Amino acid sequence: MATERRFDLSSPLSQLHSNEQVKHDSRYLRGTLQDSFADGITGSIDETDTLLTKFFGIYQQDDRDLRDERRRSKLEPDYQFMVRVRMPGGVCTAAQWLALDKLATEYTSGSLRLTTRQTFQFHGIRKNNLRRHIQGIVASGLDTIAACGDDNRNVICTANPLLSAAHAEVSETARQLGAHLLPRTGAYREIFLQQDGEVPAGTQEEPLYGPTYLPRKFKIALAVPPQNDIDVFAHDLGFIAIVVNGSIVGYNVTVGGGMGMTHKAAATFPRLGDIVGFCSPQDVIAVAEQTMCIQRDYGDRKDRAHARFKYTIDDRGTDWFRDELAQRVGKTLQPARAFHFETSGDRFGWHQGQDRRWHYTLFVENGRVSDFPGRSVQSGLRAIAAMHGSLFALTTNQNVTIAGVAAADKPAIDALLREHGIANDANGTALRQHSIACVAFPTCGLAMAESERYLPKLLDQLDVVIREAGLERERISIRMSGCPNGCSRPYVAEIGLVGKAPGKYNLYLGASASGDRLNALHRENIGEQQILDTLRPLLFDYAKHRQSGESFGDFLVRTAVVRAMRAGRDFQKEPA
Amino acid sequence: MMEPSNETDTAAWAVTPLPPTLAAEARQLIARLDQGQRLWLSGFLAGASNRTAPLSSAPGQPKQSAVTILYGSQSGNSERLAQRIGAALTQRGVAFTSLDMIDCRKNHLEEARAVLMVVSTHGEGDPPDRALPLHELLHGRKAPKLSHLKYSVLALGDSSYERYCETGRQFDARLAALGAERLHERVDCDVDFDAAAQRWIDAVVGQVAKSYTTSSAFESIETGIASRPMASVSNAYTRKNPFHAPVLSNQRLTARHSSKDVRHIELSLEGSSIHYEPGDAIGVVPANRSSDVNALLNALRFDPELPVQVEERSVPLREALTDRYDIGLVNKGLLSRYAAAITVDSLTELLRPERADELRPYLHGRHLIDIVREHPSVGLEAAAFIQILRPLAPRLYSIASSQRATPDEAHLTVSLVQYQSLGLDRVGVVSGQLSDLTAEDALAPIYLHRNPNFRLPAERERPVIMIGPGTGVAPFRSFLAEREAVGATSRNWLFFGDRSFNADFLYQTDWLDWRKRGILQRIDAAFSRDSAEKFYVQHRMHERGQELFNWLEDGASLYVCGDAEYMAPDVHRALLDIIVRHGARSQDDAAEYLVQLQRERRYQRDVY
Ligand code: SRM
Ligand SMILES: Cc1cc2nc3c(=O)[nH]c(=O)nc-3n(C[C@H](O)[C@H](O)[C@H](O)COP(=O)(O)OP(=O)(O)OC[C@H]3O[C@@H](n4cnc5c(N)ncnc54)[C@H](O)[C@@H]3O)c2cc1C
Ligand SMILES: Cc1cc2nc3c(=O)[nH]c(=O)nc-3n(C[C@H](O)[C@H](O)[C@H](O)COP(=O)(O)O)c2cc1C
Ligand code: SF4
Repeated sequence: MATERRFDLSSPLSQLHSNEQVKHDSRYLRGTLQDSFADGITGSIDETDTLLTKFFGIYQQDDRDLRDERRRSKLEPDYQFMVRVRMPGGVCTAAQWLALDKLATEYTSGSLRLTTRQTFQFHGIRKNNLRRHIQGIVASGLDTIAACGDDNRNVICTANPLLSAAHAEVSETARQLGAHLLPRTGAYREIFLQQDGEVPAGTQEEPLYGPTYLPRKFKIALAVPPQNDIDVFAHDLGFIAIVVNGSIVGYNVTVGGGMGMTHKAAATFPRLGDIVGFCSPQDVIAVAEQTMCIQRDYGDRKDRAHARFKYTIDDRGTDWFRDELAQRVGKTLQPARAFHFETSGDRFGWHQGQDRRWHYTLFVENGRVSDFPGRSVQSGLRAIAAMHGSLFALTTNQNVTIAGVAAADKPAIDALLREHGIANDANGTALRQHSIACVAFPTCGLAMAESERYLPKLLDQLDVVIREAGLERERISIRMSGCPNGCSRPYVAEIGLVGKAPGKYNLYLGASASGDRLNALHRENIGEQQILDTLRPLLFDYAKHRQSGESFGDFLVRTAVVRAMRAGRDFQKEPA
Repeated sequence: MMEPSNETDTAAWAVTPLPPTLAAEARQLIARLDQGQRLWLSGFLAGASNRTAPLSSAPGQPKQSAVTILYGSQSGNSERLAQRIGAALTQRGVAFTSLDMIDCRKNHLEEARAVLMVVSTHGEGDPPDRALPLHELLHGRKAPKLSHLKYSVLALGDSSYERYCETGRQFDARLAALGAERLHERVDCDVDFDAAAQRWIDAVVGQVAKSYTTSSAFESIETGIASRPMASVSNAYTRKNPFHAPVLSNQRLTARHSSKDVRHIELSLEGSSIHYEPGDAIGVVPANRSSDVNALLNALRFDPELPVQVEERSVPLREALTDRYDIGLVNKGLLSRYAAAITVDSLTELLRPERADELRPYLHGRHLIDIVREHPSVGLEAAAFIQILRPLAPRLYSIASSQRATPDEAHLTVSLVQYQSLGLDRVGVVSGQLSDLTAEDALAPIYLHRNPNFRLPAERERPVIMIGPGTGVAPFRSFLAEREAVGATSRNWLFFGDRSFNADFLYQTDWLDWRKRGILQRIDAAFSRDSAEKFYVQHRMHERGQELFNWLEDGASLYVCGDAEYMAPDVHRALLDIIVRHGARSQDDAAEYLVQLQRERRYQRDVY
């Protein structure tokens, strides 16, 4: 299965994608960033510098709503920056919540955004505020290193470390993995924190990454069954905790998952990770490091649309991977153990943990922490953070768990939730609570269609159908992405909507409820009315003819509305 | 998995066969070339690579090859096909110019003889971003006539979209409507465009090869620009006999949340034989707003049709009040004439010398209509009333374009005067009149106002420093366009200032383009409302004092345009300080230094 080496780390730079040269020439990500910040004539930074800031969790964007108008007015695009926080495992203290909330009101368009990788994003930061903003985040005890870029991203894990000893251990492992695989360049301190001078040329600053870092982003996720909230199969590398009698005996390892594709390019596809074996808790760091290094060495560095680990695995096969890993780690993976996943959704509302403390998982529509008419999410959570003082655990479904609440404090929190109109029971059907939308317009430069600004309105209409069909308590997952990159992980949703053009979406159906089967294309390039017209009879059918305990996705596959999508490489191919 | 690469340019560089250092040098060199030089170079290289072309053509002579490949691409497909067309043309020995639509100006279309267009469709049947300006140009009032042109369109699209290959279709139809002749039917390509595109390329290249042999590839095309007499010659148009210039464009420059409304107004001078130089202004013949005239007539209770004598002509009163007399702000002279005519004691009282302190605030923002309402003109005849009024003066606007760069056009930068006084909304007479000219067939009554005291240096190598906050920046847009068009080699430095960086950076993209192209070496900007402490141009000048002084010592000419009340004196003081500090001179010597600059015409001001 193994193919010869082509366009990977072993090839001369001149044969690779130009980004490789940029990284190589950047002096460990310094580039001309200092000059870019000094330039007061444009709100943007130099084009090659925009590639470098990503490694520090910073994206240059512009308000796309205004792009055309400003072009006509001979004004440059409304440049602004998105900043993503590094927060392995999604945990922050109440004090950190308050600090970030304050930064949002100071330097950004106002709101906080909880992401599908359980961290915070800020939007709308101007170039001249950017460094102060980053320094504010660092002052809170967090940072933004490697939140984006060709490196190991924020490590995610099943939410809420306070739930059980196993959750705590997984969360700690996520933290250690994140720390171990963190880029070490001094550029962050020098340029963004404005602390020290540049280290001497020739210093090997990145023992793990080298000067060209990874071919592409690399994502690690850890799950504690039966919860698959983090969609373990959707990431480059996954660890499924095997819990025996309450303690973790080791992890099943999955490799080669990922979502992004390009419409109509069959060589690109979402892919679910393959389970390649089992490792002990002591070996997790070595397995993760060496897997990342395998991708560093073998990943495609010429075609960025083919550069993710999933293609390395798909091209070379899992046997090759197991051998390569065994060689590097010095031992082979053991056979995978049995496990069971129930859902990729969150457990909403109050639930009690092992230590009898309470936790409330709050539905935050699309993760947007802002004040809406009748629903003041931002003020409400600010008030809770101010009184509660314990932990906030972000979920990868863009929600947040208020964690570690003493029984005596529950009524006060309930009162605040009600007072701000944000308690879960006030906010709609189970379908809505299992919805995810990516950011898309107006900030995402890659969006082809609306997502976050549109899904709630579409759900207003779908909720009517859902209620008519009597399915309002049925946990059906619906996920929308504004483009095929799939930031909401739409290809593992029972209802997936992926943007093609303004107002137009591809409709994918039939994923499992637990995240272990992809969905399949059902309708292409359709607008709102067609979406409603298509889903309505299917939902009614489901309400009437489903078998006991059968999920919507399973029902659609069983009744042959869509085919069962077995392999990513078939995803964009016509059925045989 | 789309790469965030909005610059197709970058995509092209990404696949360059040049080694990195050479690529960087080439990129820098190209950035320094102006449009004409680039065109020549592309033609030269195209010719050089097919060897049969004569290599002896002198630089500057051939402007553009007869065959032009024009591509509009978002994600790179059309651009790649353009390269393929280029390769096919080279193989057949046809020289060509390949142009990204974003770089295509009117004159490229006028100079080309055959255009091979590849363009995709995006959004919901919209042109790619980089094709938008050309799309707008061709569909707008400034579209050129193209009867000299042969063309064919290759349209890229995706048939799963409702408006399949819409942009290609539109260009195809529009080129035909503008008089161009199809040399081959348009071909629409779906996502698997390879085969269809190749068939179109084979057919079209075959046709083109027949007509445009290599030897004619370097024919020099008469542009009509170079031969135009460029001195601003006086012409017949005056304020009494203005040229009615069609308004080609009336575009707001300030962002929607700006506190100001500043317009970029493009006027057509076609057929006027007006020839201006950078530094000149356009005079606009004023007319009072009809609502203001009506309000005044009502307050006065005069018959609008009553004939009155104006300059030995009898005209209806309404017309006289519209075109001839200033009915806006009241000054002391007008107030005393009015007070005398209607004998109102309270006004006469107010006008006594010892009450001067009260008079100024009284007059501030007070219009004729306010006085008439407060003190009705009982018993005053219309004929006598108009006798006390001031004539309505024309307003001047600096020209913000160069005729060498945009022949037959004059651009203005007009800040709309809007304010409230005595509880009423007021609008500037002429800035209001101009900003209302938005209709398709709108005409502006104008004449040329020459300004020989605000002229670029004759020497092309002399550095230029321009200080122009607010609308004061207008003539500097003309300066830079001119310097680029004539291929001036020197350094240029602009100081700009306004309220907000985000909302009020007039012509920001123009300056950025010129900076990128190496025309504008330095630009510094100050925004007064972006931070707690107010920053103005003079502060930026201080920060850059040493360098500014060095430029002056190197022979730079210095220009100041804009506000006369605060800015010009502040800038003058800043200059003195800089010369004292960095030139180690006394105050007196510094003043003399500036006077000497003025003598040498190296310190010129146009302030208002
Ligand atoms: C905020 C977030 C979506 C959300 O609504 O929560 C997001 C937002 C963006 N993603 Fe994502 N992605 C987010 C999770 C994901 C996920 C889900 C996951 O990892 O669990 C995926 C699919 C998994 C995968 O990686 O395959 C995902 C796949 C992508 C891709 C496609 C990558 C690929 O190789 O296929 C891109 C585009 C790219 O990298 O070229 C992308 C790019 C982007 C960018 C940065 C757009 C860009 O490159 O210019 C988006 C910024 C939009 C904005 O204005 O904020 N994002 N992105 C998520 C932030 C996660 C985090 O905190 O790190
Ligand atoms: C050589 C030259 C070049 C010029 N170039 C330009 C140019 O490029 N762009 C440009 O926009 N203008 C330019 N001007 C100014 C222009 O000629 C006009 O003066 C300006 O547009 C105002 O004319 P208006 O008829 O619209 O306003 P008017 O009806 O003349 O009203 C303007 C007057 O209103 C009064 N006023 C304004 N604001 C207030 C307030 N808040 N409270 C009370 N009173 C107020 C002031 O007295 C002001 O003079 C230039 C002038 C000169 C002499
Ligand atoms: C967001 C988006 C919208 C599109 N809209 C249309 C459309 O409305 N009509 C069409 O024919 N093709 C449409 N297309 C398809 C493109 O025109 C096609 O992919 C083409 O090959 C792109 O060429 P380019 O890379 O030169 O831009 C669209 C593509 C994208 C990504
Ligand atoms: S899925 Fe596409 S549109 Fe949505 S945030 Fe990700 S990159 Fe942007």
